[in-house]
Amino acid sequence: MELSRRKLFKIAGISAIGLNAKPVLSVFADVHGQTRTPDTKKDHDALTAKQWGLVIDTRKLKTSKDVEPLIEACHKIHNVPELKNERHEIKWIWDEPYQHAFPTKENKYLDDRVKNVPFPVLCNHCEDPPCVRVCPTNATFKRDDGIVLMDFHRCIGCRFCMAACPYGSRSFNFRDPRPFIAETNKKFPTRMKGVVEKCNYCAERLAVGQMPACVEASNGALIFGDLEDPNSEVRKVLKKNYTIRRKQGLGTGPSVYYIV
Amino acid sequence: MNDKNKIIAGLIIFGVIITFPLWYNMGKASPVPEPELTTTAKAAKQCVRETEYMTAEHMQLLDVWRDSVVRYGKRIYVNSSGKEFDMSLSNTCLDCHSNKAEFCDRCHTYASVDPYCWDCHIDNPKEKE
Repeated sequence: MELSRRKLFKIAGISAIGLNAKPVLSVFADVHGQTRTPDTKKDHDALTAKQWGLVIDTRKLKTSKDVEPLIEACHKIHNVPELKNERHEIKWIWDEPYQHAFPTKENKYLDDRVKNVPFPVLCNHCEDPPCVRVCPTNATFKRDDGIVLMDFHRCIGCRFCMAACPYGSRSFNFRDPRPFIAETNKKFPTRMKGVVEKCNYCAERLAVGQMPACVEASNGALIFGDLEDPNSEVRKVLKKNYTIRRKQGLGTGPSVYYIV
Repeated sequence: MNDKNKIIAGLIIFGVIITFPLWYNMGKASPVPEPELTTTAKAAKQCVRETEYMTAEHMQLLDVWRDSVVRYGKRIYVNSSGKEFDMSLSNTCLDCHSNKAEFCDRCHTYASVDPYCWDCHIDNPKEKE
């Protein structure tokens, strides 16, 4: 059979298209096939909010004995070291008398109850956190759920955040904390020397659907929830009770409310 | 060229000294260490990703994990075959590879890298229990 020039080009053209079809088809096959690109996602039980908030009912906290379990629960699960030297101390949550917790609201004559209440104080997870603004490495940042969180990997220990925080919520590891942790919680990392640390609203517990440790240990004195959700428990409590916040006039917008 | 002999002798001595580390260590290179797998790791057959990827890129993977968990609150890693993992160095990686000294340290020492993971992350989640 003699092939004309025209016929040869026709066959060659069709063959060229046919050769290209295979790779195109296999790309489509891959999309519907087994292989998928690895992905990350939240836990099924993860608790989410727009701005986590805490209400502390100080009517239910009479002596420091009522606050101790909260501190212990928090410090134990987060591997917070116990350093006796006050200058090296590490604290995530602790108690203060009224005049120290609310220096701008101090009265000359206080009623006996408020005078003796130990006010649990912790990081306020502010709406407009000054510590985030000053951090030169973005180690401290505000998450979408309102938690002011620290990425310890990135902290260079400059302590600008400690100077910026008006609540003294941050502690610096002047020493290697490991020898001072009585019982290490294997599920949570420790810190190293030269890193700042503070309360993280139990972000690691919220991620698996648990309430913060202090809230769980408080027997209902601490109420935790979404401040932006009008139907949340915190909002219901805030609607019924008069509350105060620490150093509100500074404009940081603390997310921890106190029922006095 | 009056000092021809001295110059040549000097050059030879210089050459010998400068190449000394090369021929002194010839054939003495320590063998590439093989990371040892625990029985649990062997039974699992495949890590989070395929072995070649893990050998070469585990540090990049851990970097992604760190940002995902700390910054975005996403703790679950879904790999290419759809299997899910909790992104945790101490609780997931070291759960299988519980022999840090034979699995991690051996290669890191050989490659002369000194990762500071263990300054904070607990390296023996099971041993001290």
